[in-house]
Amino acid sequence: MPQYLVLIYSDEREWERAGPEISEMVLKEHRDFQERNAGTVLGGNALEPTSTATSLRKEPNGAFAITDAPFAETKEALGGYYLIEAADLDEALAVAKQVPAPFGGVEVRPVMIFHRST
Amino acid sequence: MAEAHRREWGFVLAATVRVTRDIDAAEECVQDAYARALSSWRQSGVPAKPGAWLTTVARRRAIDLMRRRATEKRAMPALAGKALPVEPVDGGPDAVPDDRLRLIFTCCHPALSTEAQVALTLRLLCGVTTSEVARAFLVTEATMAARITRAKKKIAGAGIPFRVPPPAQLAARTDAVLTVVHLLFTTGHTAPAGEDLVRRDLVERALDLARMLRALLPQDPDVAGLLALLLLTDARRPARTTGNGQLVLLADQDRSAWDQGEIAEGTGLLRESLARRPPGRFALMAAVAAVHAESPTWEATDWAEIVGLYDVLMKIWPSPVVALNRAVAIGFADGPVAGLAQLDTLTAEPQLASYSYAASARADLLRRLGRFSEARLSYEEALMLSENQVEREFLLGRLRELP
Repeated sequence: MPQYLVLIYSDEREWERAGPEISEMVLKEHRDFQERNAGTVLGGNALEPTSTATSLRKEPNGAFAITDAPFAETKEALGGYYLIEAADLDEALAVAKQVPAPFGGVEVRPVMIFHRST
Repeated sequence: MAEAHRREWGFVLAATVRVTRDIDAAEECVQDAYARALSSWRQSGVPAKPGAWLTTVARRRAIDLMRRRATEKRAMPALAGKALPVEPVDGGPDAVPDDRLRLIFTCCHPALSTEAQVALTLRLLCGVTTSEVARAFLVTEATMAARITRAKKKIAGAGIPFRVPPPAQLAARTDAVLTVVHLLFTTGHTAPAGEDLVRRDLVERALDLARMLRALLPQDPDVAGLLALLLLTDARRPARTTGNGQLVLLADQDRSAWDQGEIAEGTGLLRESLARRPPGRFALMAAVAAVHAESPTWEATDWAEIVGLYDVLMKIWPSPVVALNRAVAIGFADGPVAGLAQLDTLTAEPQLASYSYAASARADLLRRLGRFSEARLSYEEALMLSENQVEREFLLGRLRELP
């Protein structure tokens, strides 16, 4: 069955402003989501904030440029993901709409299937 | 042959997509079938059911193509979702199901941009060539080809299913389809640029699609509402331009030239569409068109009723364009001072800033109030924003008439 990655984006400053009670509530919403969609969710994780990110880019001379920052600076940063199974985009979107994503939203991307060439 | 092309393309393509589950492969097979029709029909004449003939040939070709690809073990970008049962080709011409509904819902999926939805619908359901679609939307053929290719890749890559949406989503998804058809109609009814006021080819395509939807979704009041709107609006087409192609305002149109057949049909559909509570936006817009259609003269127009309809429309569809139309109606119901006051509440709307009708509506109200120097400025603004030659000539005429 096709797989989709649901990427959760949110404004980190809004999260900080929200405080621990909101975080607890959203965490519970995630647990509820996972229970409700147990057959569909193959995996997922929350990520530590972008302040903990390290980016690598290989330079023409072969050396690596290391940056103390996420790869792209955006208003909403990648905060977590779910890997789900869904027969088609409509099913994937129906699941994605249930993912708790305050202060931002989600991106739904199909996982690439590689065919062995003959 | 051109008739068959226009009428049958969508039906044949949709039936073939059901077999190939790949839009590009289906298009190839359909083009093939049309090529064969050209030579075969020249000799033996057009068959009684050209659609069935073309579908049979296209699907046979498709089945061959699929068999060959299976043996080549090539990965096919198949349309997502459960494979639909395919009746054997010898099931006879009447056994072909109508897959156009599936196809139009696929083309108008919300995961595609509006411009992609419109382009795909024209290309796949109406069989309009890429270069003609490009011309309709004022982009180069290369741009349009890229847009269509990208949209097809999105459909295959993201897994947009080839099906009619389930009941829970049907209303919202149908609205998206109706929006696309309406956009096609308005683009054709008053062309945004070019030498003609009306692009008849787009208008005809939009009407074809609206009729197709009506035939395939006969219980849907919003579909009835859209067809009613298109018919009641199109009924005025014969009177909208003079012999020289000049614009004639609604106020000055020869109402005896209005198409009474379309008005009768539209009015009947309107009654059906208003049965839904609350009424949909297309039904309400159709109701406004019906007030005009039923009014024997401009002077007899029931503007109070039109304002009332716009009031209801604003509640369910509060768009700046609706607000603008309402302000214009108030200008006729309660006089230009009231109309201008309404229009003034909309000056901050960014969507109207580049909309030439906002400027020309203001110009007209100012003109009627005798505020000629201000009217002149607004007409000039409207001219700057309009790229349609016929409308520009009309605006220039108004400018010249100002004392």
